[in-house]
Amino acid sequence: MSTLSGDGTGQRLRAEAVTLGYDKRVISEDLTLAVPDGSFTVIVGANGCGKSTLLRGLARLLKPRSGAVHLDGQAIQRYSSKEVARRLGLLPQAQVAPDGITVADLVARGRYPHQSLLRQWTRDDEEAVREALAATDIGDLAERLVDELSGGQRQRVWLAMALAQRTEILLLDEPTTYLDIAHQVEVLDLCERLRTERGYTLVAVLHDLNLACRYATHLVAMKDGGVVAEGSPADVITEELVEDVYGLACRVVPDPECGTPLVIPRKNVSTTPSAPSEEETR
Amino acid sequence: MTTPRTSPPPVGAPVRRRADPADPAGPSGRGAGAVDLGVRSVRIGPVALPVAPRSVLVVVLLLALAVVVAVCSVLFGEIQMGFPRLVATLSGEGSAFEDYLVMDSRLPRVVNALLIGLALGMSGSIFQTISRNPLGSPDVIGFETGASTGGLVALLVLGSGFAGASVGAVIGGLATAVVVYALALRNGLDGLRLVLIGVGLGALLLSVNSMLIVQADVYDAQEAGGWLVGNLAGASWDGVGWLVVTVSVLCLAAVGLSRPLMIAELADDSAAGLGQRTDRLRMVAIAVGVLLSSIAVAAAGPIVFVALSAPQIARRLTGASGPNLVTSGLTGAVVLVLADHAARELFQPRQVPVGVVTGLIGGAFLAWLLTREWRKGHA
Ligand SMILES: Nc1ncnc2c1ncn2[C@@H]1O[C@H](COP(=O)(O)OP(=O)(O)O)[C@@H](O)[C@H]1O
Ligand SMILES: [Mg+2]
Repeated sequence: MSTLSGDGTGQRLRAEAVTLGYDKRVISEDLTLAVPDGSFTVIVGANGCGKSTLLRGLARLLKPRSGAVHLDGQAIQRYSSKEVARRLGLLPQAQVAPDGITVADLVARGRYPHQSLLRQWTRDDEEAVREALAATDIGDLAERLVDELSGGQRQRVWLAMALAQRTEILLLDEPTTYLDIAHQVEVLDLCERLRTERGYTLVAVLHDLNLACRYATHLVAMKDGGVVAEGSPADVITEELVEDVYGLACRVVPDPECGTPLVIPRKNVSTTPSAPSEEETR
Repeated sequence: MTTPRTSPPPVGAPVRRRADPADPAGPSGRGAGAVDLGVRSVRIGPVALPVAPRSVLVVVLLLALAVVVAVCSVLFGEIQMGFPRLVATLSGEGSAFEDYLVMDSRLPRVVNALLIGLALGMSGSIFQTISRNPLGSPDVIGFETGASTGGLVALLVLGSGFAGASVGAVIGGLATAVVVYALALRNGLDGLRLVLIGVGLGALLLSVNSMLIVQADVYDAQEAGGWLVGNLAGASWDGVGWLVVTVSVLCLAAVGLSRPLMIAELADDSAAGLGQRTDRLRMVAIAVGVLLSSIAVAAAGPIVFVALSAPQIARRLTGASGPNLVTSGLTGAVVLVLADHAARELFQPRQVPVGVVTGLIGGAFLAWLLTREWRKGHA
């Protein structure tokens, strides 16, 4: 296999012609996506279009029916699960906290892929946990029960667990859902800092197009399991694309703060996605 | 904890901290360096283990408590005995009666109770972790009933002896587990679904057990009664050797599964993201857990409540999340010795089967647990 071509070309993680699905249902067919190294790649798309499925495929949680995901120049299936988890972290969309677990305990579980029977808890582990707690600003909550936290606080705890894993590639499925606007910005700023200061590669699913445009270095728009456009936010986010992907008529203007695209839904326009007549009347 | 933080990577700082980079404690006024994580890293050569001081203390105290409770159970009761006489009897200098009381009656019973309690406690901990539900215990979801069905079938239908019945119990337990999990698995494991299916199948197997007894002839039925309600009254040294070997091996296996189980306790995707596949682990853990509970049933019949309560008590003692396997096992041992002592002494001159005592306490405990889970579900 000529998988080594992935090395050095700046794409540690890529999916090549993967077909992903559940049981008999195919969600994504023949999807190819390369995540540029050191990028903040943001995936956008309507609910149920297959964003989470793609992340699960990229993280080896879902085995492609055909095609392959490559990580660091090798088919990802050839790594052990723990080896994958040392290179690539995943924050799934839905999580369940065990009964009666404290914040510190939960974040500490992020260290699991680095541990072995003999080396179960080292100074490195401790330092990584403290750092993750500080980075997500939940040091004060460390001894609290996760059950008792607000949705936003809980989201930051899960993010801290993924950070404690200390992987250079982080896949975040809707990391800002449940967060108020200030905490959304805080999480995205944190991602930005991980990228610029540490060279991390981040892939995140976001719903807020305007924040996505502001933070993404690489934007991927998905529809019906496929990638319809990718590139810089300014190139990808156009009125036509938003109409196509979300069935939403909108205006796209430059964000007065950063100049990135700002999506403003149009007033008094029916937003039925499947109504083709919209297109003509607009 | 004041770990010298030589070079805290700048990424660690939340955004708001940027305003005041000179303040190492961060915006909260309390640096993460001051946070007590609840575990220490203890290094012995190349080995680095997490040590939670409270959990260690609890294990030591439980070990001591198990010894004290066991000794007391041998000493006290309808017939009392002083500690010096126990020592004398153990060193072979007791009277014939003392020798009978300690060596043939009380001590084997206590030793059986310790081992069986250990097995049940660990088994409960494994299942509650896998099903992510305190009600997912082998005594609630029919695995103990299934094991007794296996024993009864071997004994009454196939006409095998005691050894055959034990094998039947293990097979019965395994078969029940396979059926329950096969029915409960659907896109991963749904803990509540598992509990409901298990409770249903358990009720069905309970009627099967009664039917088997009713159909049997009077003599056989009397002998088989122990398979309906757990009883330690006739416990002897005969099976202890086997129990020690099988329970130790399985307990070691269980402890080996402890860390993976702790990760599998998270949702499947989270666990997989941390490098722990849950499907295979779950099968191995179920096998170990079913063997533990079935061996307990083979030795003493179905004893409810221990597997259900021990992990719950253990978690409240340690305050730690995760399966708490060792603590659960020790708690199970202590609980069963106490319950069997009550079964032996409370209703003198009669004795009741320990399964009746645990059934009584267990019913109350189950009701409490159900209301709590219900409230949580509707909070
Ligand atoms: N575990 C699953 N089993 C079967 N179908 C699923 C599963 N998870 C998601 N799907 C289906 O796959 C499609 C894509 O889902 P998903 O990737 O979660 O979408 P998104 O994250 O973009 O909202 C949806 O139609 C959903 O119903
Ligand atoms: Mg999703």
